[in-house]
Amino acid sequence: MSIDISQFLDTFYEESFEGLDIMESELLNLDVGEADEEVINTIFRAAHSIKGGSGTFGLNAVADYTHVMETLLDEMRSGQREVTQNAVDVLLRSVDVLRSMLLSLKDNEELNHDTITKTHEELKILLRGENNSSKPTVSDNAETRTAPQEKTSGWTITFKPNADMLQTGNDPVRIIRELDSLGDISVEVNTDQLPELELIDPELSYLSWTIKVSGDVEEGDIRECFEWVEDECELSITADKVESTSIAKSDVAAPVSVPAADERREGDRRKGDRRTSAKSTSKKSAESSSIRVNIDKVDDLINMVGELVITQSMLSQIGDSEEFDNAALERLNDGLTQLEQHTRELQESVMRIRMMPISFAFQRFPRLVHDLSSQLDKKIELVLTGESTELDKTVMEKIGDPLVHLVRNSLDHGIETPQVRLENGKSETGTIELNAFHQGGNIVIEIKDDGAGLNHERILAKGIENGIITTEDKLTHDQINDLIFAPGFSTAEVVSDVSGRGVGMDVVRRNIRALGGTVDVKSEAGVGSVFTIRLPLTLAILDGQLIRVGKETYIVPLISIIESLQVNPEMISSVTGAADVYKLRDDYIPIVRLYDIFGIEADTTDISESLLVVVENEGKKIAICVDELLGQQQVVIKSLETNLKQIDGLSGATILGNGTVALILDISGVMQLYQYSGKTSAVTGQPKIIAA
Amino acid sequence: MAKILAVDDSASMRQMVSFTLKGAGFDVVEASDGVDALGKAKGDKFDLVISDVNMPNMDGLTLVGELRKLGDFKFIPILLLTTESSMEKKKEGKAAGATGWIVKPFNPDQLLKTVNKVLG
Repeated sequence: MSIDISQFLDTFYEESFEGLDIMESELLNLDVGEADEEVINTIFRAAHSIKGGSGTFGLNAVADYTHVMETLLDEMRSGQREVTQNAVDVLLRSVDVLRSMLLSLKDNEELNHDTITKTHEELKILLRGENNSSKPTVSDNAETRTAPQEKTSGWTITFKPNADMLQTGNDPVRIIRELDSLGDISVEVNTDQLPELELIDPELSYLSWTIKVSGDVEEGDIRECFEWVEDECELSITADKVESTSIAKSDVAAPVSVPAADERREGDRRKGDRRTSAKSTSKKSAESSSIRVNIDKVDDLINMVGELVITQSMLSQIGDSEEFDNAALERLNDGLTQLEQHTRELQESVMRIRMMPISFAFQRFPRLVHDLSSQLDKKIELVLTGESTELDKTVMEKIGDPLVHLVRNSLDHGIETPQVRLENGKSETGTIELNAFHQGGNIVIEIKDDGAGLNHERILAKGIENGIITTEDKLTHDQINDLIFAPGFSTAEVVSDVSGRGVGMDVVRRNIRALGGTVDVKSEAGVGSVFTIRLPLTLAILDGQLIRVGKETYIVPLISIIESLQVNPEMISSVTGAADVYKLRDDYIPIVRLYDIFGIEADTTDISESLLVVVENEGKKIAICVDELLGQQQVVIKSLETNLKQIDGLSGATILGNGTVALILDISGVMQLYQYSGKTSAVTGQPKIIAA
Repeated sequence: MAKILAVDDSASMRQMVSFTLKGAGFDVVEASDGVDALGKAKGDKFDLVISDVNMPNMDGLTLVGELRKLGDFKFIPILLLTTESSMEKKKEGKAAGATGWIVKPFNPDQLLKTVNKVLG
């Protein structure tokens, strides 16, 4: 019988990645010097499982690699080896390499043998300790086979089990039966030790056997039958007619297999150079991975579908009835109301399936903070709260990089060095806090540090130097803070490895904005900074206001609408050139004509006959000129990029109840389009509509 | 048909063992660690136990010892899944009362061969 074991690979990969996550977080938990035995045990077990599984599923490169890790951990576990910082660092690197190896194998991509060999060597050096006396590491899977032997005509075996052999579940009959399968046997039982019937303890073994095996049988095969009971019996195996007995295990097989493996590696490395790096691989596969759903959520869903089926049958009953009278109409109305409710509930349930706790995004930070703080010689404690806060999986995946950037930023620029902290009367160890919670329809993520806070003087100087602001600009506290999100802005005097090169906070803001979210910073000199990210819970559904311009229907995200109003012509003023602003209370708000921007025809170009929808994005307001306000509804967002291409000013499209397609406005995009159309100067008192 | 208790904390190994044995017509009960296995063993009778060694909560060696204390498990074969590198584990396993071992990595055919050998 042959079984295809590749069907278990997905499970193996999944549990291996979980195991690696455990190894990583436990390694970070290890106190160097006095390591907790249970922690090492947990790490060891994870490595051991990966090794066992990879060998079984034929992933020999992984098995080889893990073997060294396992040996190292086993020595730590048994106290033969001290847990040093260096060992922990090497093991952490190996975890990374192992993860990328598994990802590559999972995606059928070439392994990056350079990094594998490098960290594998590091592990081996660690294992050997100080003296580099090379103990050749032989492939674990190299088969040791028995050397060919001289044939004999048969064997005589005497087998006397210890009295308690039965208690390990080994049955002499089984062993004799096995010998029988090797060749012709004759068995003689010796009952000398058998006591009187009333004295027999049925749990003990009193018999012994002399077994003759004849035929073309090798000693190794015979020994194998007794392999499990070697220590529980008296056993002798003698050849009946010996010509020459050389039964030494061969060592030849192992050295032969090593060059072969190296050769294969060389080949892979050559191909590997042309391949993408491990990093891009991990990203790709993370996006297409599966999600685990709590069974309760699925039950909810099934329950909801059940309700829907009941409603459907109720409605079809009405359809089947012969007469359609008032009573039927009432029932129809009831049914439709129920249908609406169930559809909404079903939608919510389905959305919940995509929700995952934010701990998935947070889990990489202990490692990141550990690595960076030692790199920067800073002492930092990371505090994670609200890890169970749920967030849409897609949003989670996309918020990862901006979060990393912000945390790196806090580490690099926020937290001071221990000396500086002590001089300023702070504790030596800085704290970075990651906190997530729900607020309204949003999830809020805070990155809080107790570092130096933003340096306003430097920000202003840099802003002027980069031409973002002028010396005349009077900026408020918040506006100065906000400057760090301006394109091309960086206060780092030396571009450091940690905060990255060229990628500024403007990219962070842009990425977060692409998710429909916002990012702000509050800071106090000497006390610290708080970056606050607000994100919609999901990207798939949007509460929208339907508007009409000419024949086109657009959707404005409800969240960005401040108010809609009928135009009072007296409040319109034209400022320098063609741009109009509308005076709304104390604000002058630029009027944006969608028909201009999108090149379509509107009912009217006379503002006084249209309606204005005042929308806000990042503190900037515009008034969008529309012909008609239609309804408000939840819309399912269809990506333009996947179906057509990205279009400025539009974030997507949706299909309305009547089957027509409506485009969804991207307010920040519309603002930018408006800015590019050369009407920026219209707004007085502000250097630019869009600062970032 | 013979009934087998398969114990491993690794889901993929458990699936593989279970699938292989079920395919050969055995009745298989899965357990994810020693504690789980002991709980399942107490309410049931088995013809064979196959257990991993390194597991959280209760490891394979402790499990063997605990099972041998149960009347129904005193003489039934218990096989440990172990890696070649841990030769001392085999001895420890024997000392704890295990019948024998299956060396990892193994393929389904090797597993079946050993199981058939033990169950006859």
